[in-house]
Amino acid sequence: MIGGLFIYNHKGEVLISRVYRDDIGRRQAVDSAVFSSSGPLLEERSQANRRNAVDAFRVNVIHARQQVRSPVTNIARTSFFHVKRSNIWLAAVTKQNVNAAMVFEFLYKMCDVMAAYFGKISEENIKNNFVLIYELLDEILDFGYPQNSETGALKTFITQQGIKSQHQTKEEQSQITSQVTGQIGWRREGIKYRRNELFLDVLESVNLLMSPQGQVLSAHVSGRVVMKSYLSGMPECKFGMNDKIVIEKQGKGTADETSKSGKQSIAIDDCTFHQCVRLSKFDSERSISFIPPDGEFELMRYRTTKDIILPFRVIPLVREVGRTKLEVKVVIKSNFKPSLLAQKIEVRIPTPLNTSGVQVICMKGKAKYKASENAIVWKIKRMAGMKESQISAEIELLPTNDKKKWARPPISMNFEVPFAPSGLKVRYLKVFEPKLNYSDHDVIKWVRYIGRSGIYETRC
Amino acid sequence: MPAVSKGDGMRGLAVFISDIRNCKSKEAEIKRINKELANIRSKFKGDKALDGYSKKKYVCKLLFIFLLGHDIDFGHMEAVNLLSSNKYTEKQIGYLFISVLVNSNSELIRLINNAIKNDLASRNPTFMCLALHCIANVGSREMGEAFAADIPRILVAGDSMDSVKQSAALCLLRLYKASPDLVPMGEWTARVVHLLNDQHMGVVTAAVSLITCLCKKNPDDFKTCISLAVSRLSRIVSSASTDLQDYTYYFVPAPWLSVKLLRLLQCYPPPEDAAVKGRLVECLETVLNKAQEPPKSKKVQHSNAKNAILFETISLIIHYDSEPNLLVRACNQLGQFLQHRETNLRYLALESMCTLASSEFSHEAVKTHIDTVINALKTERDVSVRQRAADLLYAMCDRSNAKQIVSEMLRYLETADYAIREEIVLKVAILAEKYAVDYSWYVDTILNLIRIAGDYVSEEVWYRVLQIVTNRDDVQGYAAKTVFEALQAPACHENMVKVGGYILGEFGNLIAGDPRSSPPVQFSLLHSKFHLCSVATRALLLSTYIKFINLFPETKATIQGVLRAGSQLRNADVELQQRAVEYLTLSSVASTDVLATVLEEMPPFPERESSILAKLKRKKGPGAGSALDDGRRDPSSNDINGGVEPTPSTVSTPSPSADLLGLRAAPPPAAPPATSGAGNLLVDVFSDGPAAQPSLGPTPEEAFLSELEPPAPESPMALLADPAPAADPGPEDIGPPIPEADELLNKFVCKNNGVLFENQLLQIGVKSEFRQNLGRMYLFYGNKTSVQFQNFSPTVVHPGDLQTQLAVQTKRVAAQVDGGAQVQQVLNIECLRDFLTPPLLSVRFRYGGAPQSLTLKLPVTINKFFQPTEMAAQDFFQRWKQLSLPQQEAQKIFKANHPMDAEVTKAKLLGFGSALLDNVDPNPENFVGAGIIQTKALQVGCLLRLEPNAQAQMYRLTLRTSKEPVSRHLCELLAQQF
Repeated sequence: MIGGLFIYNHKGEVLISRVYRDDIGRRQAVDSAVFSSSGPLLEERSQANRRNAVDAFRVNVIHARQQVRSPVTNIARTSFFHVKRSNIWLAAVTKQNVNAAMVFEFLYKMCDVMAAYFGKISEENIKNNFVLIYELLDEILDFGYPQNSETGALKTFITQQGIKSQHQTKEEQSQITSQVTGQIGWRREGIKYRRNELFLDVLESVNLLMSPQGQVLSAHVSGRVVMKSYLSGMPECKFGMNDKIVIEKQGKGTADETSKSGKQSIAIDDCTFHQCVRLSKFDSERSISFIPPDGEFELMRYRTTKDIILPFRVIPLVREVGRTKLEVKVVIKSNFKPSLLAQKIEVRIPTPLNTSGVQVICMKGKAKYKASENAIVWKIKRMAGMKESQISAEIELLPTNDKKKWARPPISMNFEVPFAPSGLKVRYLKVFEPKLNYSDHDVIKWVRYIGRSGIYETRC
Repeated sequence: MPAVSKGDGMRGLAVFISDIRNCKSKEAEIKRINKELANIRSKFKGDKALDGYSKKKYVCKLLFIFLLGHDIDFGHMEAVNLLSSNKYTEKQIGYLFISVLVNSNSELIRLINNAIKNDLASRNPTFMCLALHCIANVGSREMGEAFAADIPRILVAGDSMDSVKQSAALCLLRLYKASPDLVPMGEWTARVVHLLNDQHMGVVTAAVSLITCLCKKNPDDFKTCISLAVSRLSRIVSSASTDLQDYTYYFVPAPWLSVKLLRLLQCYPPPEDAAVKGRLVECLETVLNKAQEPPKSKKVQHSNAKNAILFETISLIIHYDSEPNLLVRACNQLGQFLQHRETNLRYLALESMCTLASSEFSHEAVKTHIDTVINALKTERDVSVRQRAADLLYAMCDRSNAKQIVSEMLRYLETADYAIREEIVLKVAILAEKYAVDYSWYVDTILNLIRIAGDYVSEEVWYRVLQIVTNRDDVQGYAAKTVFEALQAPACHENMVKVGGYILGEFGNLIAGDPRSSPPVQFSLLHSKFHLCSVATRALLLSTYIKFINLFPETKATIQGVLRAGSQLRNADVELQQRAVEYLTLSSVASTDVLATVLEEMPPFPERESSILAKLKRKKGPGAGSALDDGRRDPSSNDINGGVEPTPSTVSTPSPSADLLGLRAAPPPAAPPATSGAGNLLVDVFSDGPAAQPSLGPTPEEAFLSELEPPAPESPMALLADPAPAADPGPEDIGPPIPEADELLNKFVCKNNGVLFENQLLQIGVKSEFRQNLGRMYLFYGNKTSVQFQNFSPTVVHPGDLQTQLAVQTKRVAAQVDGGAQVQQVLNIECLRDFLTPPLLSVRFRYGGAPQSLTLKLPVTINKFFQPTEMAAQDFFQRWKQLSLPQQEAQKIFKANHPMDAEVTKAKLLGFGSALLDNVDPNPENFVGAGIIQTKALQVGCLLRLEPNAQAQMYRLTLRTSKEPVSRHLCELLAQQF
C-alpha cells in the first residue's frame, strides 16, 4: 500500500508531504547500529526517515543527471511512483509490493480531483490550497488504501468555503453519510434540472509510426467517452455504439437490417469503465448501462488497433548534398472527407545537431526553424480533406570533428480532426427515469467527435 | 599579468549565463542551450571572418555549455585560432578551452602543439606561462613526448623570468608524475638543484617540490641539494617574521617552503658534513624552541602553520634517529600536544609518538606519557584518535609496563568500537605473549580475551595459545585447570570451547587427580557444549574424545557410545561422520599400545614468527611496518620467551597467508623416528579396518586433525602406496638419472652422434651406428679438468625387465682418466624385443678425493632399429588399411615447439629412421614414412604420417604399427622432436 505521498515543485522542494506508514525510508542497517537506544529517539528517527525518502526522490529523480524516463523508480528498496503535471511532481512512495497500476490510477484520480477543486495544478495553486489538499488526502487515502475519490461525492462534504457544519442540518449530514456509504456513492438524490441535457464527447488520440516508404509499422487509437450530464433524479442510462460483437449478435437475428444500415462496426481491443457502469450487465449482454454521476465524468476508455483511419499521410524526402548541406522535402496529404476540416496542424521536422542555417519554403501555413528545439516547425491552421501540401527546406551544416552520423529522428505531426479515427459511432444513449416523469425524448443530447494526434510519426 | 579590464567583460556571455540560471526547469535550460548552440554554429559557419572578441565570447559560451554537462562537438578550431592571438585574454580563453576539452584528435593536437611551441619560444613571460600551464593541465603522454625536452631548458635558462621558472618546474613535475620515462635526466639536474638558491621564494618552492619527487628515483643525482636545502632552511628559520614580506603567513615565515624542505631532507640520511649537520641541528632546535614561544597571533592559521613546521621537523628528527637530545625534546613537545584542545593535534601527536617509541633513544621518554595515553584511550571522543592511542600503547609496551598496558587494553576492549576490536585483540595477544613473565598470566590474559571479545579472536590467536601451551611443559597443568574452570561458565564462547577441547584432550590427565575434574566430569563438561557448536568445533571435540580414550581408559565405553550414536555415525556432515566412524573403529580395533602411540601427546611446534604478528601486519598494511617492527627493540626479552620472539630477519618476510597455523609454509619438520613408526602402524590399522580409505589427510578447514597424525610430510595414501621402482633397485646401487637426462635423450632420438653430456668436469660424447637389430656405440669420456679422475667406472644398467629386451655388452675402460685426456668405451647393442625405456649409464669416479656419480639415459631408443622401407602409394595405403585396429594406431596433436620448416622436418624424419615416401599423400605439405623395426624376436612394421598446420602452428602425427605399445612409444618419441 502507499506509504506516503509527496508533491514537489520543479526545484525539488516539497510542497505537500503526507506519510501514511512509517516504514518508508528506513535504513535497516543504520537502524540497528546507530539507533541502539529507543525512546525519545523514535520520533526523531521517523522524521529522519521521511527526510530520507523525500531527499532520495529529489536527488535520484528530479535532480538526476539524466532524464528519468521510468515513472517507477526503486531507490534503496523503496518504490517511487511519480507523475508530472507541468512543473509539479506527484510521487507516491511505498516499501511494499503494491499494484503499480492501482497507484497510478490513484495518482491520476488525485490530479483530477485537484483540478476539479482549484483548476490547473501549479505551484501557486497548490500553495494556496494546501489545507484543502491535506483535507482531500485524508479523505481519499486511508492508511495508504485508496478510498472514494469521486469528485461529486467529495464536493458534498469538502468545500472551499470554510466550515459550513454549523449551517448544515443534521438531515443534510446524514444524507451525505448515507450517500457516501451507500450503493450509489457517486450520485446524490434529489437533483433537479429544468432542462434535462447531456453532452457526449468521443475523444480519440491516434498514434502512428510509419516507415519512409509509407508502410505502417504500428498504429493504434486510444479513446475516451466523456459525458457531461445534467439530468434530474436517478436516471438509468444505456449507451450503445458500433461494437463489433454487439452488432454481430444482433445481426444474427436480422441479418438484412445490418446490411441495409451499412454501418461499419469496430473491434475494440480493450476497454475500462467508470465505476457507475454495471459490469455484470456488460459481461453478460455487453450492454453499457449506468446511473451517471452529476456533471462531467469519463464513461469509458478503450483502445483499437484495426482498421484505423489515418487522417494524414506524411511523405518525407531527405537528400544529403555533400557534408555541409541537406535538402528536405515533406508532403502531407489529408485523407478524409473533403467536407471536414482538420485544425491545428503542426509538422515537426527534426534538424541535425550541427545545423548552422535553414531556408524554408512552404505552400501553405507558416514554417520556422526553431533552434531551441532543433526542428523546423510548420504550422497550418486549417486543412480540408483530400488535399495536399508541401514544404521544402535547405539545411546548412557545420562540419564537426564528430564522426557520428545523424540519427535521423522521425518527423512528427500534431492535428485535430472532427471525427473518430477508430471509426467508433454512438448508436444511442437512452435515458429512463421511472420516478420523475420525463422520458428519453425530453432529454437534449449532444454528441461530438474529436480525433487528435498522439504520437504520430513518420521516419525519414 | 594584465588583469581583465572592465570593458573587456563579455556581455553576451553574462546574459547567457544569467538566462541559464533563470531557467525554471531542465527542459527550459536545454532549449536555451540548443538555441545558443544554433546561434554559435551560424556564427562559426565561416561566411564572414569573426573578430577575436566574438570568437573568444563564443568559445567561452561553448566552454560554459560543456561544463554544464552537454556535449560539444565543434568550436575546437576556433579555440586553436585563439591561441595564435596576441591578446592575453583571447589566448587565455583558448588555452582554457584546450585544457578542458582536448581530445586525441591527431590533426588538432598537431596544431595545438605548434601553438604551444610558438608561445614557449616567445619572449613574453605571460605567454610562456600560459603554454606551460596548458601542458601541465593536459598532462597527456602526447604532450609529454612533445615538450619533455624543452621544459628543463626553460627551467634552467638564465634569462627566464621567475614566474616562468616557477611554472616550468611545476609543469615538469606534472609530466614526470604522469610518465616518468619521458622526462630525460641530463646536465640540467645539477642546475635545478641550484634553483634552491634562487632569490624568488616561489621558484624555490616549486623547485623543492620537483626535486623531492625526482630524488626519490635517483637520489645520487641530487645529493648536493642537502647542503643547499639546509642553508635555505636555516635562513628561513632564523629570519624574523617580517623579513620575507610576501611569504610570511600569519607571522610564520614561508611555512610551505619550510615544510617542503624538511620533507626533502627526509629523503636522505643525516648529512655527513659536520658543518652542515651542525647547522641543521641548530635549525631543528630553533624550530623546537619557537614552539615554546607564546603565539604571535590568536588566529588559527598562525598555529596551524607553526605546527605544520613543527610536526615535519619531528618527522625529520625521527627519520634521522641519531640525536638523542632532539628526540627527547620532540617527545616532550608531543607530550604537551597530547592534552591539547585540538583533536587533530592530539591525533598527530599520538601518531608521531608511535614512531618515536620505536627509537631506542626516546623510548623511555615516550613511556612517561603512559597515563595520558591510557586516558586518551578511554575518554577520547574521536574513534580514530582512540585507534592511534591503542597503537601507541602497543608501541610503547615493554616488560616493565606490559601488565598495566595489557590490562588497560583488556578493560578498554569491553567498550571498544567494533571496527578496531579485532586489532586490539591481536595486539593484546601479541603483547601478552611477548612480555609474559610467567605463563599463568599469559594463559589468564588470553582466556580473558576470549571471554570478553570471543567473536573478534581470530583463528591465529587461539592457535598461538595452543602452540605455546604445547611447547611449555610448565604451563600445561595450569592451562588445563584454568580452561576447565572457564568452561564451567554456563555460556562460553565457541573459541573457548575450541581451546578447552584441545587443551583438555592433550593435558586433561594433569588435572584428572582432582575429584572435581575427574575424567568423566571433564568429558561431560565438554560434551555439554558439543551440540551448540559449529561443525569445525565439533570435529575438534571428536578428536578430543578419541584422545580421552587414550588418556582415560575408563571413559572408553561412554565415548564409544557417543561416537556410535546415530547423530555422529550418520551425521550429514562428511567430516564429522568420517571422524566418528574412524575413531570408533580405531578405539575398538587397536590395542592400548597402538592407541598410545597413535594418540601420543603432540610434539612441540616448530618455533617461528608468531602468526598473529603476521596477521596484524597484514591488517595494518605495509605502511605501518615501522611501528610494529619491534624486533630490534628490547632484545633482552628473547631469553625469557625463547624462540617465539620474532628475529629481525624474519620480521620482514611476507606472512604465510594461506595456511592456518603457519606451518605449511615452512619446510615440514623432520619426523622423529618414533612417530614415523607410528605412522606406519596407523596405516596398518586402517587397512585392516572396515573404513579402509586413507582419509586422515589434512583437511583445509581443520588443521588440528592433521596435527593428530605424526607430522610426516606424506599423507597416509603415500605411505600405503609404496613406490614400486624403489623396491627393486638394480644390481648396483645407482642413483636416479639426473633431471635433465630425458631432455638429453630427446636430442638423440633423431641423430646418432653428438655430445651427450657436459659439465665443468666431464664431457661425454656419443658416436653410434645401427644396422638391423644390432648396434655399436662409442662413448667418449673427456676429462675437462687438469686433475686425474680415479676409480673411473662407467656401467650400463637395465632398469626393470629391459634385460630381456636389450642386450648391451660393454668393454671395461681404464680406471684412471688423466686431466685433459679422453677415454673411449665401445658398447655392442643387440635388440632382442621391442622396448620402451632406455638403459641407464652410470658413471662414477673420484675427483680430487670426492666421489662423483652421474646417471644418464643411454641414447638408445627403439627407433634406432628402424629399417627404412620404400613403397609405392598403393602399397602404403593397402598396409595402412591393414593396420586399422584402434589399438594399432597412435595419434597425437601437438603444438610446434620449433619453427615449422619443411626441410628440417624432413631431416628429422629421416634421422628418426623411417623412409620418406613422396607422392603418397595427396597433400604435398604432409609427410609420410614407412619402416620396419628390427628386433631379434620379431619385426614390427611401422607407418607414419605427419600433418603440419602452419596457421595453427600445430602438428598431427599418426603412427600405425602392428604392436600397440610400439605405436604409442614411437608417437611420443617423435612428437617431442617438433
